[in-house]
Amino acid sequence: MSAVATSWRLGNPAVEEAPAADVPSPARHLRPVITDRVPPFGAAQSDVPPARRLAGRVLARPSLPSLVGLLLVVAVFAVQDLDLLGWGGLATVLDTAAMLGIGGVAVALLLIAGQFDLSIGILALASSLVTALLIGHADWDVWPALLASLAASVAVGLVNGFLVVSTGLPSFLVTLATFLVLQGSALAGTNALAGSGRVGGLDDEPGWSSAAAVFGATHQIGDGRFRISLLWWLGLTALGAWALWRTRFGNAVLASGGARRAARELGVPVRGTTVALFCLTAAAGWLIGTLGLIRLGGVQATTPGLGTAVDFIVVAVIGGCLLTGGYGSVVGASLGALLYAVTREGIVLAGWDARWSQSLLGVLLLLALLANGEVRRRLKAVPRS
Amino acid sequence: MSTAPPRDGAAPARRALIELRRLTVRYGNVDALARLNATFRAGEITCVLGENGSGKTTLVAVLSGLRRHDDGSLLLDGEPMRFRSPRQARAAGIATVWPDLAVAPLLSVWRNFFLGAEPTRGVWPLRRLDLDRARDATVRAMARVGVPDVDPDAPASALQAGERQSLAIARALHFGARALIVDEPTTPMTMARQTLFGQAVLAARGQGLAIVMVTNNPRYAHLIGDRFLLLAGGQVAGNLTRDDVDADMLTALMAGGEELSTLTATLTALHPELGER
Repeated sequence: MSAVATSWRLGNPAVEEAPAADVPSPARHLRPVITDRVPPFGAAQSDVPPARRLAGRVLARPSLPSLVGLLLVVAVFAVQDLDLLGWGGLATVLDTAAMLGIGGVAVALLLIAGQFDLSIGILALASSLVTALLIGHADWDVWPALLASLAASVAVGLVNGFLVVSTGLPSFLVTLATFLVLQGSALAGTNALAGSGRVGGLDDEPGWSSAAAVFGATHQIGDGRFRISLLWWLGLTALGAWALWRTRFGNAVLASGGARRAARELGVPVRGTTVALFCLTAAAGWLIGTLGLIRLGGVQATTPGLGTAVDFIVVAVIGGCLLTGGYGSVVGASLGALLYAVTREGIVLAGWDARWSQSLLGVLLLLALLANGEVRRRLKAVPRS
Repeated sequence: MSTAPPRDGAAPARRALIELRRLTVRYGNVDALARLNATFRAGEITCVLGENGSGKTTLVAVLSGLRRHDDGSLLLDGEPMRFRSPRQARAAGIATVWPDLAVAPLLSVWRNFFLGAEPTRGVWPLRRLDLDRARDATVRAMARVGVPDVDPDAPASALQAGERQSLAIARALHFGARALIVDEPTTPMTMARQTLFGQAVLAARGQGLAIVMVTNNPRYAHLIGDRFLLLAGGQVAGNLTRDDVDADMLTALMAGGEELSTLTATLTALHPELGER
């Protein structure tokens, strides 16, 4: 041990170097250092009591703030004795949450990989307009039209992804540009082709009934009409959570956002993962658009504004995704969507001005950001040395 | 554990694992590395020393596959190589320990350990990470480089600084690397950190890896290294063994370019075989 200590002190210029004759062979005095004996500076055993450690782990879960927020909001509206917890209210809330959650889950994965997508809301509208025009004006069958608009959406995702990975521009700006291009061309194109901003009367086209079974089925329980979007949402959430924590793809997503350079150096396909995630959000936008299109039997080309895209990001951030990437939760994003939906529908049911929900959401977002910072700090508790 | 190698000059020459022949890397018109000749042998620690801008970082980039060389050749076990990506270099058996530690701070230790090469089970649509195997292998590999009792589920940021480098070295050993490129952080390291790190590097040498260590600390280099490659202006300014120099001389060599070239000239005159390398 003393030989070891002597040898390591050589790093200090102030100490006289021990002549090599002191130790019979350098190999001999170095050997003890690399045995499996506990090293003098090795990992210190944690003496934190198990309960504290459990609490620490729970507090470090990114989805915690959204769960607490959800319980709080539900409690507030339950006290008001609203219809919110009846079948009717539940169906409304879950439907709103499903539409938000489908986008939220995809955006959460993208945020975890350290990227933004503002174009998902407009893609929902644009893809449903493409589907509607293909069915209503080009007389396509429903299924080919749906597949074509899905392909077009994924193509937009590919463009977004390739622009981001090849130029290194912030994805916020790239997708803002995509958003503007899509918004302009979707609205103007629909007007030029259809003569008006509305394409409707699609529900007697061939293939509509089977498409309606997949994207528009409903189930009546009590006075609540539950839509199939709920199943899509739950399915996507389960799949997303599984993929994030249990597959190599998920590990690549986490690493792309958490240590991009390191991941690249280790051979993680960072670029491919990023492009794939942009395609995923684009496909999620298409799904949202299709669910709406089938439900209404038509589509109205309105200006959605940036609000819808920001909603998805808000939902993901409330769910515990760090804006800086590297950590987050898919289940949390779904809880965030539920929180958002309860807030919005609760305020409507309580008879307040619906615009209050925006303010409340802003407060929730701020709280979520603060909570996420705390989670991040707990995770990162780096010892100084 | 294999026996530590003898360090006296009479030892039989070790197998050359990586050879650089007239290796040149240009950034625009500037030669970051100019016709560099060097040999890195298995079971030896070669310390690369030099001032900032002497080409150390470029050498690491070429060896690790981040940068392709423009001229000359890089031989790995006699085979000429030209890496297109870090992944290729890693597949060929050259592992790199980066100064930024190549660690995603929020991910757990085992996720970091297996990053880019995760063990899986099941067939494709259901192919998933083999969590138990990954955790187990992480704990065992970390124990091998002298960091016992790691909690594989703790975030990597909970590791001590030296342990993070050990993680990278354990990773290299686990994936059967033949060569280990260590680019030391430029920030000064504490004693604890260097102890852990040195332990891991020596463990890797014990496994017969060729180790290329880029360092700024000549005393530490002299303590741990078998050979010293001095770089200046992208060229070899000196190629010394442990018997040629002591720590003070190495420090002096690091300190100034002039002294360095004089000494190299003297040494080459004394040992004509040095010039051939």
